[in-house]
Amino acid sequence: MSAVLDTPLLSVRKLTHRYGSRVACRDISFDLHPGEVLAIVGESGSGKSTLLNCLSGGLPVERGVAFYRDRKGLAHDLGSLQEQDRRHLARTEWGFVRQNPRDGLRMRVSAGGNIGEPLMMVGARHYGDIRALAGDWLARVEIDPARLDDSPASFSGGMQQRLQIARNLVTAPRLVFMDEPTGGLDVSVQARLLDLLRALVADLGLAVLIVTHDLAVARLLSHRVLVMQGGDVIETGLTDQVLDDPQAPYTQLLVSSILEG
Amino acid sequence: MYVSVTGGERAIAAAHRQLGQARRGDPAIPELSIAQIKAQMTLAVDRVMQEGSLHDPDLAALAIKQARGDLVEAIFLLRAYRTTLPRFGTSEVVKTAAMRVTRRISAIFKDVPGGQVLGQTFDYTHRLLDFSLMDEAEGQGQEEEASRRAAEAVPHPMPGIAAVLDGESLLEAPGDADAGDGAAVADLTRRPLEFPAGRDLRLQALARGDEGFLLALGYSTQRGYGNNHPFVGEIRQGSVAISLVPEELGFPIEIGEIELSECEMVNQFAGAPGKPPQFTRGYGLAFGENERKAMSMALVDRALRARDLGEPVDGPAQDEEFVLYHADNVEAQGFVQHLKLPHYVDFQSELDLVRSIRARFADSDHDGEGEQA
Amino acid sequence: MTSATPLAGYSYAYLDAQTKRMIRRAILKAVAVPGYQVPFGSREMPLPYGWGTGGIQLTAALIGRDDTLKVIDQGADDTTNAVSIRAFFQRTAGVKTTTRTEEASLIQTRHRIPETPLQPGQILVYQVPIPEPLRWLEPRESETRRMHAWAEYGPMHVKLYEDIARHGEIAVSYAYPVMVEGRYLMSPSPIPKFDNPKLHRSPALQLFGAGREKRIYAIPPYSDVRSLDFQDHPFRIEPHGHACALCGSTDSFLNEVVMDDTGKRMHVCSDTDYCTTRRDHLEQGEAAE
Repeated sequence: MSAVLDTPLLSVRKLTHRYGSRVACRDISFDLHPGEVLAIVGESGSGKSTLLNCLSGGLPVERGVAFYRDRKGLAHDLGSLQEQDRRHLARTEWGFVRQNPRDGLRMRVSAGGNIGEPLMMVGARHYGDIRALAGDWLARVEIDPARLDDSPASFSGGMQQRLQIARNLVTAPRLVFMDEPTGGLDVSVQARLLDLLRALVADLGLAVLIVTHDLAVARLLSHRVLVMQGGDVIETGLTDQVLDDPQAPYTQLLVSSILEG
Repeated sequence: MYVSVTGGERAIAAAHRQLGQARRGDPAIPELSIAQIKAQMTLAVDRVMQEGSLHDPDLAALAIKQARGDLVEAIFLLRAYRTTLPRFGTSEVVKTAAMRVTRRISAIFKDVPGGQVLGQTFDYTHRLLDFSLMDEAEGQGQEEEASRRAAEAVPHPMPGIAAVLDGESLLEAPGDADAGDGAAVADLTRRPLEFPAGRDLRLQALARGDEGFLLALGYSTQRGYGNNHPFVGEIRQGSVAISLVPEELGFPIEIGEIELSECEMVNQFAGAPGKPPQFTRGYGLAFGENERKAMSMALVDRALRARDLGEPVDGPAQDEEFVLYHADNVEAQGFVQHLKLPHYVDFQSELDLVRSIRARFADSDHDGEGEQA
Repeated sequence: MTSATPLAGYSYAYLDAQTKRMIRRAILKAVAVPGYQVPFGSREMPLPYGWGTGGIQLTAALIGRDDTLKVIDQGADDTTNAVSIRAFFQRTAGVKTTTRTEEASLIQTRHRIPETPLQPGQILVYQVPIPEPLRWLEPRESETRRMHAWAEYGPMHVKLYEDIARHGEIAVSYAYPVMVEGRYLMSPSPIPKFDNPKLHRSPALQLFGAGREKRIYAIPPYSDVRSLDFQDHPFRIEPHGHACALCGSTDSFLNEVVMDDTGKRMHVCSDTDYCTTRRDHLEQGEAAE
């Protein structure tokens, strides 16, 4: 498979996942291109987190197909990927920012160690270089580099989240999965984080698959949006178009509730 | 002139002589006999056989005598001996339903077919030291006679309590608790434990595990660390026949009888998608009258099934690796006590390291001062 | 010491043939995958777990009538446990024993590698308490097995990074982790880091036995064994700057011996055979003059 300019990074066709007899997501299909940010929005129970988990390896792909195209242009079938290969992709090409930063950080390891670990996992063996790069990244996510040796337990929630982002981006991934990255943060802290994310995503040309219940987050960060309800995609399109002119009644409901809220 | 410490051999020989003397004690006092230990310290013998994983009351009594009453040391002696024994094969499954019962109780029903038979138990004794036992004269003949008569009146075979719940399918079937793939029972003494462990290996590890450890873990579940609301469905004690199918014969023959204590716990009901709730089981089995062990084992067995039953694992008794890796007191006592062995080479390395780090620390302090000045 | 008749009523070297076969199979597997911990059905032995049952089982499975056995603990032949283990094999195998490293075909050791370089054909059996190098970072065996399977050793590198950040140096002085043939992370048993260089490309076969934890692992002769470090904080051994008070050696591992209440100390070789041999040569040298 040769690399074509406009070839999608991630191709999903009719992805379906069930928990026993309950269908969590049904016949989901979409493409994600390099540098594109796609928001999956919906209320809780819509199936958006299940979808994210199926694509990032937390759940198996049982029905439907999902392909990921790596740096060399090779396509990987995520449904039949060996665990070893999945972990290799996760180390070298992906990132995963979790809602609760404590789930995505090593709380007993210093900030520098947290950012350095992904580098060491791909073979970095120069302490000074690792430390310098970690310091750079701290500055980049607006944390004082003097806190390099501090434990994240001493950081505020917003700082912990920014540290998690640095830990995920330090290996220059091509695709980052994000699960409600601003959930649980104060509104003002959220705004700062979103600005930071927007700048980083643009600078690094990242492709992002972000799950959120917050349309404002989708509006700020994403190029396209997938609206889910009860396991189905009920509307999709360019973010501004969908949010300014929602077609489906459910989307209209969602949009109008932000205005009122 | 310094001469390094030699004579380790002589030191060990001297230590062994001293130990031998201490074991015998004052020669004016009659020596303990194996027969006495077997007959009058039965529960100690039962425990040593259980955790030693070897049913031989004489050898267990010998081990207790040799170990000066230290049961963990005696268990070790028996295990080491067991390693040298040839194996003929595996017995047929023991039929506890056909047990000649001397004691049988149930806490879940007031009256049960076959009745509640107290048998011999400390349960309802008042824990008052009986100073009459300090005399070595014979006595208590009347009590013995009464209990022997009681034993004769017990129905045989004794119907099981589980059958009462089974009638309404209220209790999961015994096979439901296992992987149920019909594979042969694994042998913990022949191969190392790997995780996740099947129920057969778990039960074997619990059977030979330290009674104190399991008692504490079982207790912890009752206090909320992974509670599964246990009830004693049935406890029975008595003798069962052991059968074996020798290769040469091709049919089972009885090779003897042993005393067993069996505990079936009935626990909180679970349900699964498509299956209505049922009471679940915990199982314990021990040699002789080791009832407390059988009960502790049943509590921990049920706790360890948490993952299989889809329950959250939040108490230490439910943590398979934690329980099974630390249950064996032969392993535990070995590793704890090995700290007495010389470790001076590693300690030397640590000394050097600490000194080095402290020197670096002191240096950086001096650097700081230099800059300020 | 010359050989004697082994103990009647027991198998040669105590273990039955089936058990020896099982252990030998585990050894072969271990040698085939250098540094990988092979689970084995460790038996209860007459010595307690923690006292070297893993090493003893390895030795018992390998030893034969033509072997010469050396047993050391902390580098010395006469520490009580080494004496006890040597006596065990004298009783159960009637095997020839020696204190001379050069004369031994099989050396069982606790916590040291002999100073005298080993030769092709020699076997070094290490007693191992905790075979898993990741154990202090991850208590669960189920998890560490996965880490080895996928060569995901991040937490170990992070630990070393943290040491440098906090202490200015890697704060591991014994059981210093190594990579074997670039694939498996391994604990060399609690030998001082001073001994780590001897693991690399040794002509001898190195076998590691953990009886209580039930694992065997191996470094075949001439294998590549590298101590973990960073390019700008390379593994190194600080010269201790002392000399052995008995033989004058400055490049062997020395133990501090406390002489009196005032804390006066002297340093002595931990390897008693090495020290004795040096002293003999010195005396001969003096006698010749």
